[in-house]
Amino acid sequence: MRRILATIKIALHALRRNKMRTVLTMLGMIIGVGAVIAMVSIGNGAKAQVEAQIASLGQNVILVFSGSITRGGVHTGWGSAGTLTLEDAESIQREIPGVTVISPEVRSSGQIAAGNENWFTQIIGESGDYFTIRQWPIVQGNPFSEQDVRGANKVAVIGQTIADQLYPGEDPIGQILRVKNAPFIIVGMLRPKGLNMFGQDQDDVVIIPYTSAMKRLLGVTTLRTINVQTASPGLLNSVQQQITDLLRQRHHITAGKDDDFTVRNQQEIADAATATSKVMTILLAAIASVSLLVGGIGIMNIMLVSVTERTREIGIRMAVGARARDVLLQFLTEAVTLSAIGGVIGIGLGIGTSKLLSVKMNWPTLTSPSSIVVAFFFSAAVGVFFGFYPARKASRLDPIDALRYE
Amino acid sequence: MVEDEDEHEDDFGMKPVIKLEDLHKVYHTGEVDVHAVRGVSLEIQPGEFVAVMGASGSGKSTLMNIIGCLDRPTRGIYLLDDTDVSQLGRDELADIRNRKIGFVFQGFNLLSRTSALENVELPMLYVHRHLAGREQRESALRALEVVGLADRADHHPNQLSGGQQQRVAIARALVNHPALLLADEPTGNLDSQTSIEIMGVFQKLNDEGITIVMVTHELDIARYTKRTVVMRDGRIVTDARVANRLQAEQELQRLRAAQQAVNLQ
Repeated sequence: MRRILATIKIALHALRRNKMRTVLTMLGMIIGVGAVIAMVSIGNGAKAQVEAQIASLGQNVILVFSGSITRGGVHTGWGSAGTLTLEDAESIQREIPGVTVISPEVRSSGQIAAGNENWFTQIIGESGDYFTIRQWPIVQGNPFSEQDVRGANKVAVIGQTIADQLYPGEDPIGQILRVKNAPFIIVGMLRPKGLNMFGQDQDDVVIIPYTSAMKRLLGVTTLRTINVQTASPGLLNSVQQQITDLLRQRHHITAGKDDDFTVRNQQEIADAATATSKVMTILLAAIASVSLLVGGIGIMNIMLVSVTERTREIGIRMAVGARARDVLLQFLTEAVTLSAIGGVIGIGLGIGTSKLLSVKMNWPTLTSPSSIVVAFFFSAAVGVFFGFYPARKASRLDPIDALRYE
Repeated sequence: MVEDEDEHEDDFGMKPVIKLEDLHKVYHTGEVDVHAVRGVSLEIQPGEFVAVMGASGSGKSTLMNIIGCLDRPTRGIYLLDDTDVSQLGRDELADIRNRKIGFVFQGFNLLSRTSALENVELPMLYVHRHLAGREQRESALRALEVVGLADRADHHPNQLSGGQQQRVAIARALVNHPALLLADEPTGNLDSQTSIEIMGVFQKLNDEGITIVMVTHELDIARYTKRTVVMRDGRIVTDARVANRLQAEQELQRLRAAQQAVNLQ
């Protein structure tokens, strides 16, 4: 044990002797490990954000999108075809057990105004259950009621951004909001959600009863989306299948023909979204690993130079009784020390970089302790891997030749 | 030297430090086999001071490498301190070198940018039963005292003269209390006065009972030893006691006197 400690001491001594070289060699590891940590943090941050986004869709949610239809081989996007009707929505609610609530959805964007202020925003028509489905609480006032929906009343729930833009310093509840020149009364304000993963402001929204939107604003009879909530997560798949069957039947789609709608449950959306960010994380980590590899090769290079330079020293050590193992351990320790210290500094650099990115550029980052531990041991392993060949070369030197080496 | 003869008589019954029996070394280099050592038999008793001489290519370096356990004989028996070391493996040879042999080289072979004290401590790093740091330091300091360099313990080799460096190397060779001190042209890189000083160190150590084997090609250096072995073509051709052995102390006094005389003129 003492012998090992002494060997480590020798290795550290040798590293201190060549400070510049040591620092430059470490730099390779520092950058490599730092890049891996930072990239994995970015990837994990993105993943966490996507997961949070998906969770913000609500619980046990199934989304039914209208469209897509195909004309002459060209697919149009979801919601474009207007194939879903209110009757479709009502029959889903009525005929499929396990469905608790639904919210038919139409969307538009347009100019809104209050007093002298005006603003361009998203206008969404929903039922009052939308706020339950999306788990999006009203922080001020109330959501619109069943009554409002049935009567196509001109009431609106607004997001934080609208309140800030049109009613600065005022309480918006009860105020008049002109949506495309139709006056609506503001009944509630949503809890702020912030930006979504694409950087869009989710609070820049006006939500009104779908009936009001269809009749009074847009003059449409078809829906873009139907939000469906099931009683439990276990029902998602069977309800999804039942909705598909029901709508195919209602739309008279014969076997073998494509659906003119799309049903997605939340789990699918979550899987798809996190799969993307997982791939991104892996990709980022892989690219960063290349610099780690290059750092490792740098260590190997320097260790080979060092072994050649110190051939005589190796000879002297062997002459006074160092075994091959002692020499191997000495050089291996040097390599591992280089890579491990580089790794520790690199971890610091990586954490610092990801913190900086999240503060300065608003990128979501998440540095997990496991990635730090893995990075440290990986950097030590790089030292062992790339240090082994030079160290073995040193330990296999013949003491006579080594002593004579000039 | 009457003393030497007496000592030689006393050696009977003692076990030799080195016992070589019909030692051969053949190098296979390319197509030609080089027969560097061809049947050397030699016994060296404790307390001897032997010079091995010979022209280059005479096989003396090869013989020294084998005696120093840096190399193994192709054939023959080598007993070092009563242990057969002729067929040991690399690690075992390393341990033998560590415990039983102290090396002094022509080029000093000190670790640069490492203090004299740390250089002397070096062999103790590879001892099986490791000493505590403080004990190591004390042993190393004692060894430096023996060669008269205790006051330079923290100097680096480049801050020391050639003679001082060689003294550090001798201290390093002594620190593990070896059975044998092996010196390979120890004065080859030194001027004549420093050479005599180094021989003085060797004579003092030998007087204290340390067995020394030294390779040299300088006849006047060999005259400070007690016994001279001359090799030619891989064989020992002469093995004789040194007549008119020089004493380093006296030679140095004479040199100084001569220098003073020159300075006075």
